[in-house]
Amino acid sequence: MGELAAEKHVQYILSVEKRKDDFVSVVMEHLRMNGAYWGLTTLDLLGKLYTVDVDEVVSWVMECQHESGGFGGNIGHDPHILYTLSAVQNLALFDKLNVLDVDKVLLYSCMLSLILCRLNKINVEKAVSYIVSCKNLDGGFGSTPGGESHAGQIFCCVGALAIMGSLHHIDKDLLGWWLCERQVQSGGLNGRPEKLPDVCYSWWVLSSLIMIDRVHWISKEKLIKYILDCQDTENGGISDRPDDAVDVYHTYFGVAEFAFLPKAWMSLLDFNLSDLKSVNFVAGLSLLEYPGLKAVDPAYALPVDVVNRIFFGR
Amino acid sequence: MHGRPRKAPKPEDAAASAAKVEKLRSLQSQFLSNHHNKIYTREALEVNAKLLEINPEYYTAWNFRKLAVEHRMSQPDSDPDSVKSILNEELKVVESALKQNFKSYGAWHHRKWVLSKGHSSIDNELRLLDRYQKVDPRNFHAWNYRRCVLLSNLLKRKVQRFFPKEVVLNEEYNLVHQALFTDPDDQSGWFYHLWLLDQTVKADVPLLVSSWPAHDDLILLGDRNLDDCALSPFTTFHFYSGTFPLIVCFDQAVEGVNSSTISVETVLNTEKELTWKPLSINDSKTSQVWVTHLNYPDAKLQSSEAYPVEVRVGHSKGIISSSGFLLNHTSRFVFKVLLQPIEKDPAGHGGEMISWGDGNFLLYETPSQKSNPMISLDQMNIMDEHEQKSSQWRAETIANEIALFQELLSEINCKIGKLTLARLLMARDILLSPCANKTVHSEEVIKLYDDLTNSDPPHSQYYKDERSLVLLQQITSSRESLLRYCFRHRDGTSSLIDNSFCLRLNNLSLSRMGSIEKLLWVQMLDLSHNELQSIEGLEAMQLLSCLNLSNNRLSSFTALGPLRLLKSLLVLDISFNEIGSHSIDTTRYLCPSPLSHSEEIVQSYDETVTGGVSLTDYWEAFLIFRGLNLSQLDIHGNAVADEKLNSFLVKIVPTLKWLDGGKLH
Repeated sequence: MGELAAEKHVQYILSVEKRKDDFVSVVMEHLRMNGAYWGLTTLDLLGKLYTVDVDEVVSWVMECQHESGGFGGNIGHDPHILYTLSAVQNLALFDKLNVLDVDKVLLYSCMLSLILCRLNKINVEKAVSYIVSCKNLDGGFGSTPGGESHAGQIFCCVGALAIMGSLHHIDKDLLGWWLCERQVQSGGLNGRPEKLPDVCYSWWVLSSLIMIDRVHWISKEKLIKYILDCQDTENGGISDRPDDAVDVYHTYFGVAEFAFLPKAWMSLLDFNLSDLKSVNFVAGLSLLEYPGLKAVDPAYALPVDVVNRIFFGR
Repeated sequence: MHGRPRKAPKPEDAAASAAKVEKLRSLQSQFLSNHHNKIYTREALEVNAKLLEINPEYYTAWNFRKLAVEHRMSQPDSDPDSVKSILNEELKVVESALKQNFKSYGAWHHRKWVLSKGHSSIDNELRLLDRYQKVDPRNFHAWNYRRCVLLSNLLKRKVQRFFPKEVVLNEEYNLVHQALFTDPDDQSGWFYHLWLLDQTVKADVPLLVSSWPAHDDLILLGDRNLDDCALSPFTTFHFYSGTFPLIVCFDQAVEGVNSSTISVETVLNTEKELTWKPLSINDSKTSQVWVTHLNYPDAKLQSSEAYPVEVRVGHSKGIISSSGFLLNHTSRFVFKVLLQPIEKDPAGHGGEMISWGDGNFLLYETPSQKSNPMISLDQMNIMDEHEQKSSQWRAETIANEIALFQELLSEINCKIGKLTLARLLMARDILLSPCANKTVHSEEVIKLYDDLTNSDPPHSQYYKDERSLVLLQQITSSRESLLRYCFRHRDGTSSLIDNSFCLRLNNLSLSRMGSIEKLLWVQMLDLSHNELQSIEGLEAMQLLSCLNLSNNRLSSFTALGPLRLLKSLLVLDISFNEIGSHSIDTTRYLCPSPLSHSEEIVQSYDETVTGGVSLTDYWEAFLIFRGLNLSQLDIHGNAVADEKLNSFLVKIVPTLKWLDGGKLH
């Protein structure tokens, strides 16, 4: 089996750092808050969050807050529920939830009451019954009632039910079998039957399987091998499938052992992460209990120690 | 970023990219300035359209367009023609954005928003969809949009017609057979077939499948001193507290179990209204298994007399399945209770330690034949004419399917085909069981699972779990078969055990538990030396007082969640498992806790009781053990076990007398 090609990834990141005007980074300006969450979480899983300047990040996050209480994806952008979630997650990583005017944020986003332990502010029963109405005959969930089951959507529904203590609405054996059949011959996971595998499903499928206690139904060894095969071991970087093009966003913090992390954080702010690959890569390995990585929580998608600190800390 | 082959970039690409960046930067800053200043002029809209054409994911730009449309439609000079042209423009912007990225959530959403303004037509939309679905037939955005468009149309034409379930299912079986025989490697059809099978086997109407005590049982309550007249492992029960449980088990999760839907008639009970409790780990209102406790006032009752208890399940309507079907006829069962005077001091628990060594067990030899508690209940279910027909149809359908897949498998080697055959054979056994009560096919099914384990190694644990369920079904299929696993504990003098009968299901390679509905009577259970990763279902075994789970693969404290409902549990062995060896906890969200907002931990309690040990480190152990009344616990041989944990456990379980074989003060 391959190993994390740490040194190669470092070189690769160094080479892309020079291309600050990369087209993709400009296109992705609006989701910088997400990018920060992916990058920071990945750093934390690697045990390197301490290298980041906390005040710099926190003040930037707070600058993205809109007067309504919600957060935009970047300074000047409209508030959006996704970026509000990312903003709260970012603050949680640094144990800085106290800077929030919680009631104001809650007005904006009900979902966050879950992470902020204010569940009484939403109608849990209605939320649960809507999610259950999206359940399909294969045990999975679609994005609307009747929509085709999709691993990404399943993660969202299973995660939401988990957080609301309602996993008994899921037929764990039926959904577990559908999910474990996402593992294809190469060891990788796809998101729907008869589709190609992709590294990002190492998060969506794995975390769902873990929440319903059926992760032993796939082969961890084969999946770890597949994920590691998605590294470009010659030039560094991580891609969706072995031999596809790597890109910086998949890779950024796909590796431990950076000597220059504060600088890497700066470039994160400048580039953004274009999709979930890097965090999927590292978080996927974390779910597979790969040595040297911190454990990640399958429902809140934050490091386990951060989640435990919120719920049991004081 | 998907499906792009790995290759080196060319220098001319870099120059072109720089120009594009320049253009995009300028569009973005112009747009943000317009947005913040609420400028909705034609020029501002053009800048916005160009921006969305390059970057359809720019959500703030879609918000701007909605504001602009509403602004323009609210102008005094707005008329139907101008509204039409405004909305047409929006549809064009969406189309050019979809050309750039046909999976853009923002673009699809904007189109739905325009449509909600009463614009465009179904024909138009379906033409657009045909184009996108040709490009990517699995594009779920397009399918969902199609569903949304067609749904509004279909609802208008919907005709209310009622078909019997059997007719519809027969048609669907024919349809899916065509798909499966044409392309056996396409999974979608198999998933659908599994669902059909489930619909065929499961009765809609909930059914009582077992109870403790069962029909005709004679239950011996009271002190163990008169053990010699013990009736059998299934019916002898010693209890000190003046109450005993009454457990009912249904074929599916139900709600509405209460003192009016189940009537209990007996001179024993002193309580007016019985409280029924669902046995579900997460305290939901629905459960397959329900329990109540009957009181017996020991003073005034004669020990020589057997008191009858009559139970009517479904006495009044109200027991309902989670899919909304009412339990529709009453099941009646009667058992008798023989009371023994209590001579021993109940507080005397904990004299000696229970040892699980093989030498302590003797195979139970049955003295005489009594009625079988497992079939007696099935016989009570009276079927009406419709149900008889429907059960005949089920048996025929399953038999047809079995023949069909045996034929398919004789021609090709197909993994899911084998799995389906195994499931069909089990389904047939379940359907036959009320009359035959024998598992006819279990050997064949176990062979199929062994075969699958070898041919599909990545999913071997799935097949292993299924195999465990089949094996347990086989073991519990008859009283004769169960008795082969029944032992008597030699240590008859220990006051820790209420009953010296032990069901030993050790060394069977079990990876999960099942057939619990047939094991409600068990008080002492040995599951050691298996491969259990989960003990889900054990919460129904309300009589359990001694449980051996040592040498299994339990990997966290939260995996012990079901034990929290076993209030009679006194002796627990979880030594030599994998608790603490794994960084990822797979039952973290199945066990109620503050994380799932289903249970609070009282913080002040923690500080006084745990004496300085951080709850963050041991919250799982705290959740599991604080509610148990254990006398004896073995926990060594787990990565988590150390002195610190032991002293924590001693503090939160004050009843503990023996820990890891050592006596506590």
